[in-house]
Amino acid sequence: MSTKRTVDVAIGTSGLDEQGRPRRAPLTVNEGGTVTTLEPPPALEDALELEGEHMLINLGPQHPATHGVLRLVLELDGETVVRCIPHIGYLHCGFEKIGEYRQYNQVIPWTDREDYLNSIGNNVAFALGAERLFGIEITPRCTVLRLIAMELSRIISHLVWLGTTCIDIGAFTPFLWAFEQRERVYELLERWVGARLTTSATRVGGMAADIPAGWMDQLQHFIKTFPKTVDEIDRVLTTNGIWVGRTVGLGVMSADEAVNYGLSGPMLRASGVAFDVRRDFPYLDYETYDFEVPVGTHGDVYDRYLVRMEELRQSTRILAQAAARLPDGPVDSDDHRVVLPPKSKAMSDMESMIHHFKQVMEGPRPPLGESYVAVESPKGEKGYYMVSDGTAKPVRWRIRPPSFVNLSAIGKMVEGHLLSDVIAINASIDIVMGEIDR
Amino acid sequence: MNMCAALMLFQHAYDPQAPVHGAPWLWFSIIKILVVFTVLMVTIAYLTLAERKISAWIQDRHGPNRVGPRGLAQPLADGLKNIMKEETYPSAAYSPLFILAPVMSFIPALITFAVIPFAAPLPTRWGLVDMSIADLPVGFLYILAIASLGVYGIVLAGWSSNNKYALLGGLRSSAQMVSYEVSMGLAVVSVLLLSGNVSLSSIVSSQVKTGWYFFPLLIGFFLFLVAAFAETNRLPFDLPEAESELIAGYHTEYSSMKFSMFFIAEYSNMTTASALLTTLFFGGWAVPFWTTVNTAPWHWWKTVITLVCFMLKTGFFLFLYMWIRWTLPRFRYDQLMSVGWKVMLPIALAYLVVMAGAVLALDAAGIAPTARLGGFLPTYWTLLGVLNIVLAVLVFVVLDRGRLVSPASARVGPVELAELRAMSTRRPAPVQGD
Repeated sequence: MSTKRTVDVAIGTSGLDEQGRPRRAPLTVNEGGTVTTLEPPPALEDALELEGEHMLINLGPQHPATHGVLRLVLELDGETVVRCIPHIGYLHCGFEKIGEYRQYNQVIPWTDREDYLNSIGNNVAFALGAERLFGIEITPRCTVLRLIAMELSRIISHLVWLGTTCIDIGAFTPFLWAFEQRERVYELLERWVGARLTTSATRVGGMAADIPAGWMDQLQHFIKTFPKTVDEIDRVLTTNGIWVGRTVGLGVMSADEAVNYGLSGPMLRASGVAFDVRRDFPYLDYETYDFEVPVGTHGDVYDRYLVRMEELRQSTRILAQAAARLPDGPVDSDDHRVVLPPKSKAMSDMESMIHHFKQVMEGPRPPLGESYVAVESPKGEKGYYMVSDGTAKPVRWRIRPPSFVNLSAIGKMVEGHLLSDVIAINASIDIVMGEIDR
Repeated sequence: MNMCAALMLFQHAYDPQAPVHGAPWLWFSIIKILVVFTVLMVTIAYLTLAERKISAWIQDRHGPNRVGPRGLAQPLADGLKNIMKEETYPSAAYSPLFILAPVMSFIPALITFAVIPFAAPLPTRWGLVDMSIADLPVGFLYILAIASLGVYGIVLAGWSSNNKYALLGGLRSSAQMVSYEVSMGLAVVSVLLLSGNVSLSSIVSSQVKTGWYFFPLLIGFFLFLVAAFAETNRLPFDLPEAESELIAGYHTEYSSMKFSMFFIAEYSNMTTASALLTTLFFGGWAVPFWTTVNTAPWHWWKTVITLVCFMLKTGFFLFLYMWIRWTLPRFRYDQLMSVGWKVMLPIALAYLVVMAGAVLALDAAGIAPTARLGGFLPTYWTLLGVLNIVLAVLVFVVLDRGRLVSPASARVGPVELAELRAMSTRRPAPVQGD
C-alpha cells in the first residue's frame, strides 16, 4: 500500500479506519452472541456427486437468457429446481480499483461501462457525488439537462429489460418494438454527446456539451410518440393469457423479504414497498416534478412487469415537465477549481493557460472528505461512495450496484420453480453483469 | 357380344372420366411423387423466407433483402451455406442415432403429404388422375400413424446428443407430442362422423356436397388447430427448442445439413398440418360458391383452379402459423401439459359425445346432409353450426383465460423441497467452528 493513501480524515463519520483503510460493515451478531455466517455454497465437485434422479445443469455463463455472463448451477428434479447456486465474476473488470488511479473526470468513462444500459445516468450520478465532494452548486440548466438525461436513460434501460424479458418468455415481437424506440433515444443521445452507449456525458461541475439546436424539438416529438409504443406492447402482453400465466405468482418476494434482502428499485416496489430515491431522497430537484411511484401488491414477476411499464409512462411525464421548464443560461458552473478556462483565453492569457494546464494534467482537487450519493437507477438504488484524501484521485471509489443486491435473492426466488421459470425470474430482476462484477 | 365387351373395355381404358389404371397409373404416380416432392421442398425453402419477411413486417423491419431481387434468392444462399458448413460430431454423442435422428424426423414429415388431395382430378387420355400421390382408403389414419413417428427423431436427437439441454428438449417434445396427439385424433373423429369416411378425398367431396366443416365443427376445428400447433412444435408450443431456456433444445449439438434437416422437417410438418386443416375443415381444394368447378365432369382448367384454391387456403394457414409465432409468448411445460390433458382432452371427449348425439338426432329427424333450406342454406350444416356456436360460448365463458393457464401451479412447497434436497447430496452439513 502506498503511503499516499494513509491519511487522517477529520470530518464526519469517516469511511476510513485508523490505518486509512475503508471501514468494513460490522458482522451481524445474533442475540446469543454467535456470529452468523451464510452457509458456504457447495463446491462444484461435491454438488456433482448427486444421488438419485437429480440432474445438475449449468445455466451460463454462455447462455442466451442469462443476460450476460451470469452462471447458475441448477440442481433439477425433472424440471423442478431444487437448488440454485449463482456464480458471478466472469465480467470482473476492477472498475473501483481503476477509479483509484484516475482523476475524477477520468472516472466518468468507467461509469459508462459498469451498468452499460444506464450509462448516462451513471455519469450524472458520479458527477453528483463528485460535486458533493467538491462542494459545487450546478447551474439550473445543468440540473434540468441532467434530469432529462437520467429519465432518457431509465427509458433505455426499461426498454431493454422489456424486450429481453419478452424474448425470454418467448414473445419476440415486442423486443423489436422496444428496441426501435430505444434507437430513437440513442439518436437523441448521439446528437447531444456524440456517443450512444458509452456517453461520458458529464463533467464535474457541468456537462460535456450543451444540447444542440433543435434537440428539444426532437425530444418533444419522442415524448409525444413514445407512449403509443408502450400502449401497443401493453395491449400485446398485459392481458395475454400466456403472458399472465407465465408471470403471475412467479418468484414472489413479500415486502418483508424484499426489504430484508436489500432489494431496491422496481423489484422492491413490486413487492409493495413504496420507496423511490427520486421521491424520498430527492436530487436534481425531483421533488418539484409531478410523478407517481407505481407500487405492486404481490411481488411477483407480473407486478415487476407492471411497475416497469408504468415507470416508462411516468418517465415520459417527467421528461415533458423538464422539457417545458428548461431554463437558458450556462451549463457549466463557474467554479474555477473544476471548470476549464475558455480555449481563446487559454491560448492568449498566461494565467488561464497555466490554469488549463494544471486542470488537465493534474486534475481538480477536492477537499478532504467523503461523499455518498444515491440515485434511483432503473435497476434500483445506485450509490456512488467516494473518499478524497485531498489529491486529484479518489482514495476509494465504491459502487452500490442495485443489480448485485437484487440478484442475491435469486436463489430464494427460483427454488421450487421450473427451469422455464428460472429464466423468467432472472429476467425480472433486470441484471446487468457489468454492474454486478464491476 | 364379345366384340361389344372388348369395345367397352377399350372405351373404358381411354375414358378420361374414369380412374386411370395399369401402367399409366404407375407412371403418373412416379411423376406425381417427383412433382410433389419438388414443389414441397421449394415451398419449404420459400417458407423460411416468408417467415423472415412476415416477422419483419410484424416487427417493423425490412427482413432479408440483399440476396437477389428483394431477397428472393435468400433460401438458396441459406441452403448452400448449410451444405458448406462443417459437420460436427460431439465426442460423447452416440453416433448411429445421432446421425439417424434428423433422418427420422425428416422422412415422416415429408411422406405425410402423400395422402392429401391437392386439386380436382385431372382427366387425361389414359383416364382420370387423382391429384394426390396415394388416395389411401385409410387416409387420415395414415397421417396420424406417420405424424407420430416424427417424435422419434426429436427424442433420439435429444438423447443421442448426450447434452443435458438437448435431453430436456427431447423429453419435453415426447411428452408434448404424445399428449396432443390424443386431442388431435379425437377432434378429427367428429369430422369422420360427418363425412362417414376416413379417406381424405371423400372427406373433401362430402364437404363439397354439404358445406365446409369448419362451421358445423367449430370447436373440433379449434381443437385441431391448437393440437396442430403443438404437434409441429411451433410457438406458443415451441418448448422442445425454446431458445431462451434450452439454447436450441434437441438440436443444440447439430450443425450443417443435419441441423437444416430438422428445420425442413418443421416447415414440412407445418405445411402438412396447414394442408390438413384445409382438407378437413375448409373444403380441401373446393372453390367456395362455385359448384361447377367442384364437381364432375372434370376438366384440366378445373384442376388448375382448384389447385390454386388449395394453395391459397394452405398458404393462409401457413401465414396463421407465422402470425401466431410472432405474436404470442411461450407456454411453460406444466401449463402445456395441463392444457393438453385437463382442458383439451375433456373438451374433445365431451364434444365428440355431443356431436355424435347431434348427428344421431338429425338423422332421426330425417334431415339429409344435402338438404338445403330455401334451396340455398344447407340445413344440416346450419343446425350443427348453431349448436357449435352455443357450445363455443359455453366453453369460452366457463373456461376463461385465467383458468385455462394455471399460474405457477408447479411450484414445490418448502417442506417437499427440503426432502428433495436431503435426498440429493451426500454432502455433510457444515460444521460450526470447524
